[in-house]
Amino acid sequence: MPKIFIDGKEIEFKQGQTIIEAAKDAGIDIPHFCWHPSLSVSGNCRICLVEVEKMPKLVIACSTIAAEGMVVYTQSQKTLAARNAVMEFLLINHPLDCPICDEAGECKLQDYAYEHSIGESRFVEEKVKKEKRVPLGPRVMFDGERCISCSRCIRFCDEIAKDPELTFVQRGDRVTITTYPGEVMDNPYSMNVVDICPVGALTNTDFRFKARVWEMSATKSICNGCARGCNIDIWVRNNEILRLTPRHNESVNSYWMCDHGRLNTFKFVNDSSRIDSPHIRKEGQLVKVGWDEAFAEASSRLKSFSKDEIAVIGSAFATCEDNYLVARFAKSVLGTGHLDFIHHNDPSFEDDILRRSDRTPNSLGAKLVGVRPSKNGLDFNSIIKAISERRIKALYLVEDDTIQNDPEIENILAKLDLLVVHSTNYNKTTDIADIVFPASTYAEKNGTFVNFDGMIQRIKPAVSTLEADRALEGMAMSRLDKFGTRWDRWAQGVKFDARPTWRIISGLSSVMGYKFKYNMAEEVFKDIASGITSFNHLDYDIIGEQGFKIKASVLEKEILE
Amino acid sequence: MAEKKRLKDLSIWQKIYIPEIFKGLALTFKNMLKPKFTMEYPEEKFIPPASYRGRPVLVQEENGEERCVACGLCSRVCPALAIEVQAAETEREKERYPERFEINMIRCIFCGFCEEVCPEEAIVMSKDYELAFTNRQEAIYGKDKLLVPVSQLQDRIEFLRNYK
Repeated sequence: MPKIFIDGKEIEFKQGQTIIEAAKDAGIDIPHFCWHPSLSVSGNCRICLVEVEKMPKLVIACSTIAAEGMVVYTQSQKTLAARNAVMEFLLINHPLDCPICDEAGECKLQDYAYEHSIGESRFVEEKVKKEKRVPLGPRVMFDGERCISCSRCIRFCDEIAKDPELTFVQRGDRVTITTYPGEVMDNPYSMNVVDICPVGALTNTDFRFKARVWEMSATKSICNGCARGCNIDIWVRNNEILRLTPRHNESVNSYWMCDHGRLNTFKFVNDSSRIDSPHIRKEGQLVKVGWDEAFAEASSRLKSFSKDEIAVIGSAFATCEDNYLVARFAKSVLGTGHLDFIHHNDPSFEDDILRRSDRTPNSLGAKLVGVRPSKNGLDFNSIIKAISERRIKALYLVEDDTIQNDPEIENILAKLDLLVVHSTNYNKTTDIADIVFPASTYAEKNGTFVNFDGMIQRIKPAVSTLEADRALEGMAMSRLDKFGTRWDRWAQGVKFDARPTWRIISGLSSVMGYKFKYNMAEEVFKDIASGITSFNHLDYDIIGEQGFKIKASVLEKEILE
Repeated sequence: MAEKKRLKDLSIWQKIYIPEIFKGLALTFKNMLKPKFTMEYPEEKFIPPASYRGRPVLVQEENGEERCVACGLCSRVCPALAIEVQAAETEREKERYPERFEINMIRCIFCGFCEEVCPEEAIVMSKDYELAFTNRQEAIYGKDKLLVPVSQLQDRIEFLRNYK
């Protein structure tokens, strides 16, 4: 492999790589604004200037192809002086409104101003005034003065979203960004420009001014919007999710996620419609009861039916751990083979970038861990048919809303003698349920999702429930979480009395006389790993932050089974 | 063991007490005629100098709006985590304002870091030192108690400009 020398360090690189790419692979960070690993090279910010031996002038690291034996200095006097000068130019017209700007705290310009700038301005003239607060689209706000004209957003729309909407207009220091005449920036991936904007010129209209970056904790998790399973960070303050941002995973979502996933997949977690503690229907009304009472009621009522009269529906929204116990509960405790989950397919949602038509995060996982009808068991449609024919009298439904999916089912479910539901929020199915167990959302539990491609990925709790303690559970903690007491209003976020489905199932099973000995989701996963071929030899550490892909051959064999 | 002589053993003059009492009374009467240094608080109030750090307050502009843009730096720098700020968007030229601004006066240690870090000169230490509450809730000062017209804070702002 060819080699270059950066700051005296010998580095191997792949033919065709630029200096900045070679440096990045070797863990050397060369400052950059306009360069982005997934976008084309534009080379207009000039902050990545480096000194190369035998070249008369400094060169930009982002568009200079590395060549055998090149000697690069990123910290030489000449380089530092150039960097300093570039920063001074960029800051000439950049407003000093960091206190107002949402990007403060995660701003490249701010960071580099600390690292590479002299700390004071020699500019005494008036700064150029530009338009502030311009909505480029329904979800993105633009501030002309803050823009440093790096063109990342323009290139993103052209190259990744494949929907050219943005362009530069004007020249010199009056250059600004706008949409093409008659165009609105409303492509389904538009909010990624907020993440890649190195300054606060583009902001998220949904998150604007909600919190400062340093007040929140970030938890690595997976988006539950579709079967892609984009890697995300969940940003939480005071036990409330405030925003989601994509997390880099080259084999799943690269640096991106869609606007639907970013905006519509977390608000139910802190919604007022969340179910708090178990409920039993008494005289037509759902009444709040304790866990023990709910378990006893569910157990005694389930036992009054014969095995063939009970059906269980798992969920593609629940984790593999949840579904694994649902399957075992159905087969071993209830003894029924009528077991399936509901598919949520929406072909209009799919595109060729990230979105998938399967709108659930874990349908493959649910199938793999055994949520499927046994030999003589009924699948979902047959279960519904059997309910309408009164052959099935009791339904155990986990984390799904059958009625929302198909309104006609409401009349059919009304024929049931017993409907037990695990649900995170109140919905049309809980409205007619007899026993409701409050389930933790994906943001409140440990577990794994398997995406459409067979990639097993971890979710981690970001929001704590009543029984969980942030410190003891090892959850991400902000400074406020660490030092807040129960007397501090900013530490009194709402906590719901909810449990992950696998814990509800194991609680109910022990009342019914069948003991699952699990204390943590990880222990459930250990059993999955030893029992199911696709998961063999895996544990949470191996899956890690970037996921583990099941071999296609193994996957195929298991699905066909 | 032989008895040890203590330094504190009194002399005969001291032992009869009477001269000592007169000595003490002489000092008392002498000071009675000198000017007073004590202040009859609370009838008479102490007015601190501009350098005094009383309870932190928010500066209210003449048009009734707060100067604060809810940047959260005071909240971040506060070593006692006494300050909570919730920002929101407004139509004003400064896009951002504090929808809620609360200082927990039980937590506050009057260090003045909030004032020092404030980029807008919007939070300053006042001369108010009379803080008494009967319960925890009362000790949390919201915007209603924190906002003070800029005219009342002139000398502190002047002081800060000279010495900050």
